[in-house]
Amino acid sequence: MKRNEFLVAVTIIALVLYIGFRNPVFYTYSNIFDLLRSGTVIGIFAMGVLVVIVSGGIDVSFTAIAVFALYATTKFMVVYAPDAPIWMAFVMASLIGLGLGMINAFFISQFRLPTLIVTLGTLSMFHGFLLFAIGNQIIRNKLPPSMTEFARMALVSIQMDRGIANLHPAIFITIVVAIFTWLLLDYTMLGRGIYALGGAREAAERAGFNINRIQYFIYGFVGLLSGVAGMTFGALNRQANPQDIVGTELNVIAAVVLGGATLTGGRGTVIGTILGVTLVVIANNSLILIGIPPVWQRVVIGIIILIGTGLPAIQERRAGKTVVGLADM
Amino acid sequence: MEQTETKAAQKSLLSRLSGDSYILRLLAITILIFIAFSIVLPGKFFTVRNLQSMAVQFPEFGILAFAIMITMITGGIDLSIVGAANLSAIAAALILTHLGGDGGMSLSLVIPLAMVAALIVGSIAGLINGLLVAKVGITPILATLGTWSLYTGLSYVITGGPAITTTQLAFIGNSSVLGLPIPVIVFALLAVAFSIMLNRTTFGFNVYMLGTNPTAARFSGINIDRVLIRTYWLSGLVASIAGIIFLSRANSAKPDYGASYVLLTVLIAILGGISYTGGVGKVSGLVLAVLSIQFLSTGLNMLMLQLSGSSKAIFFHQFAWGGLLLLVMVINYYSEKWRDKRASEGA
Repeated sequence: MKRNEFLVAVTIIALVLYIGFRNPVFYTYSNIFDLLRSGTVIGIFAMGVLVVIVSGGIDVSFTAIAVFALYATTKFMVVYAPDAPIWMAFVMASLIGLGLGMINAFFISQFRLPTLIVTLGTLSMFHGFLLFAIGNQIIRNKLPPSMTEFARMALVSIQMDRGIANLHPAIFITIVVAIFTWLLLDYTMLGRGIYALGGAREAAERAGFNINRIQYFIYGFVGLLSGVAGMTFGALNRQANPQDIVGTELNVIAAVVLGGATLTGGRGTVIGTILGVTLVVIANNSLILIGIPPVWQRVVIGIIILIGTGLPAIQERRAGKTVVGLADM
Repeated sequence: MEQTETKAAQKSLLSRLSGDSYILRLLAITILIFIAFSIVLPGKFFTVRNLQSMAVQFPEFGILAFAIMITMITGGIDLSIVGAANLSAIAAALILTHLGGDGGMSLSLVIPLAMVAALIVGSIAGLINGLLVAKVGITPILATLGTWSLYTGLSYVITGGPAITTTQLAFIGNSSVLGLPIPVIVFALLAVAFSIMLNRTTFGFNVYMLGTNPTAARFSGINIDRVLIRTYWLSGLVASIAGIIFLSRANSAKPDYGASYVLLTVLIAILGGISYTGGVGKVSGLVLAVLSIQFLSTGLNMLMLQLSGSSKAIFFHQFAWGGLLLLVMVINYYSEKWRDKRASEGA
């Protein structure tokens, strides 16, 4: 385990002990299952964002891709295939996500444009197109039955004093995605290429990596995962709201940079990201248990981003590296 | 080696591009947009009423565009400007409502106090960004994403969510001097100030130098950290001026005002010929971009209202701004390539 991963792990343990000490509700099954449920969607997103940040880029459009895929799929099912099984919804959402991700990849790779500005543009484009051309009303009552059934699934059900605590099997999607990302980054040539691209683009090119193809893969992969995450979000919440998800980019980015991924160094691991997601989910859901009101959430996320990026930056600075400009991302 | 050479070539091309020919082209486009909408929307677009209403709209995001501009010239970006603007507006609104209410201090005292407070909050926000970028060494994107969340979060903590309403600054948003609305005068003054600062001062020279080639800037003895901290401080200060204009126009300060302005100001900067690689950008380009975006915004709104109704117009804007940003960057890419080809044929 690397040093900053160790630090995050220690922080999580300290936080868990402290919150549990202050409020024993934290240790109940229903709270733990709730945390896992919250971590499911952000965990899927985080794996995609991890791959982008490792490659030295940034993607802020993934939330728009997710809500686009969710809403378009749900609307399509309501109108044309209300009885389609849930896996078909997931396939369709991930294909839509893949397609939108490819649009990002096209602009980034074909014209060598900076990833932040491209994805800032597509964030607005995708979301605007969804609201303008596909729909802007929440779909809740006419939801396809397979989605409502999905929401009711339970891996483990435990009878509590008040109601039943259910562990939703959707967490398996996150686990599978995380294992896949780990294998991809650590054991494939493509993974080496992604790290190499993030470390130094020119060196990666000279080493024979096809940067264009790698970039198509990266942004396609983020798009696909965003489609899956969007569908999971909608199915878990039993609704497709075109205004959901967009605006939560920073939670995911905070989790990923906290896990040790940096824009400058071709660094970042799946383990670190999982730790980052854990800390962000606990911070977002449990601060209220120790008396910190939820309005503090954004402040906490901001501080997490600054600490998560600040500590490695100071270390790098000591090692003599310089700040990177906008064009290099 | 080849890579660095092409990069250097790109830089010199971009600097030529941002010269007069680019500004002239942008001027032509701005005028064309204006004439086109005047023809398509007879009796609606080119009217005194519409010109007045456009004149009070553009300074809000136009002022913010100066903040994006100066940070982008150094090769960075400030994504926290809207957060800093709202936080400054909230500081001013708090002073106005708490000290200026019934039986409070006189307005001639409270209003300057509120404005100074806003400027101080914006300055602190900008200084924090500057220190994070220059001293801590965080990449500008992530540093200002983090502070964007931080400043917006503090606004939520202070207000608890809802807007703080105060009409005491409405006179700024509503009144005009010599026929010019006050926000337009503020925008024009900032344009002049930025133009002088960028073209006639050592600081301005250093800002361009830093964006063109940070390594050369370091070796030529420029105190890079100081230039960066000043740049981001200025950005925060400009954001707080925008915040005062927000407050004077909306008569309220709230944490989530103007969420679309981040994209809009980046679009304006790119359209205005400010290079995302740093080192290039002119105030004249930025001003033209602000005007053309306002013409486009109003014109498209009127067209959309005719075609489909108001609720969809705002969504279409969202789509159009994103698409336009990508389009402008692609056009710039091809025009650079074309010049590149012509230059190599000429040689």
